[in-house]
Amino acid sequence: MPKHIEYSSDYDLFTEQDLNLFIKTTGIKERRVASNEVTCVDLCYTAADSIIEKFGKEDIDAIIFVSQSPDYFLPASSVILQNKLQLNKTCLAFDVNLGCSGYVYGLSIVASLLQTGYLKKALLLVGDKSTISTNYHDKSAYPLFGDAGTATLLEYDSSAEPWHFNLQSDGSGENAIIIEHGHSRHPINQSSDVLHEIEPGIKRTKKDLALNGLDIFNFALKEVALNINTLVESTNFLKKQIDFCLLHQANKLINESVRKKLKIAEDKVPYSIDFFGNTSSASIPLTMCYKLKDELLSGEKLLLLSGFGVGYSWGSVLLKTKHIFTNLVEHD
Amino acid sequence: MITLNEFTAKLELEFDDMEFGPLLPTTHYRTIKGWSSMHALIVIAFLDANFDILLTGADLKQTQTIGDLYNLMLQKK
Repeated sequence: MPKHIEYSSDYDLFTEQDLNLFIKTTGIKERRVASNEVTCVDLCYTAADSIIEKFGKEDIDAIIFVSQSPDYFLPASSVILQNKLQLNKTCLAFDVNLGCSGYVYGLSIVASLLQTGYLKKALLLVGDKSTISTNYHDKSAYPLFGDAGTATLLEYDSSAEPWHFNLQSDGSGENAIIIEHGHSRHPINQSSDVLHEIEPGIKRTKKDLALNGLDIFNFALKEVALNINTLVESTNFLKKQIDFCLLHQANKLINESVRKKLKIAEDKVPYSIDFFGNTSSASIPLTMCYKLKDELLSGEKLLLLSGFGVGYSWGSVLLKTKHIFTNLVEHD
Repeated sequence: MITLNEFTAKLELEFDDMEFGPLLPTTHYRTIKGWSSMHALIVIAFLDANFDILLTGADLKQTQTIGDLYNLMLQKK
């Protein structure tokens, strides 16, 4: 994560009432924001480098970068990272364009690859520099997002129990979270930089991230708990056996609503949003590092991870972990 | 079934730390000074948690008063 902290209380567009309401509903008190010259690739590189320093890189056969803030249109950032990390040229590398659901989808892709038996280890790099696309004058988006990049090293273990996934998508939500201009559908043009006032306190251009908070909230309440319950019911596990339920850190009101629907105790649903904001696909692994370092290292745990958001795209995974090493690293 | 006055009092608890003053069934909630989309999220969460009713943004736009919200809740129930 970047070193630089932005505090919600310093945001100029908030009145005192706005600030209190914002913290009450989102939980966000501060966020990490990367400087102009630092990209998500840089953040993921720092995370990956720290893993490689501890575990080595010899057997890494795959590198997958899940992000919506790659360095370039092309080439793929995963390939750039293969070179930066000096991984073998035998390593396969590709990017996946997903946001808040990205960590769960990434785990599914890596699990499928490793299951073939041809690959030993894979590096899953997940994160976003969301602050590059939020407009300071948009109080519905700017104070929500923080930047973070993560790296997860996964190794095939033939004795491990199966992982159970439930992945879903619904493109009817394409406009709920969108950056309209800057790609093939609407290339950058003269209108892209025009600042529009959507409502008082919300100004943005077509190049900026636009959020429809009510639609997203409605989607999350309708789909997330249902997805998780369906997943759990499809396995031999019971919800009460879950040690920790790690939800994408969207905002506290959404997550608490989902938690209550799931009837899972508060102490099993850790939060990191207070200190990092919504960090897109990085939020689940970031929460693991920030809140569960000792618990994950200490022994076997049954984890439920659930990511949901832009797309709409959402999914959950139920998996057992054993002696997972986690580490938080600051990027200068 | 919850009455309109009980509904209004229960909803007011969601905003207990706000400076709205007392809510009434006739209160035009969206014109309250300082009302924002964040408050709308709280209303949606309130209806979902207490009445198992999921409103969309479009549903909310049809309502003006707390009484309208109550009637919408009854319709959807």
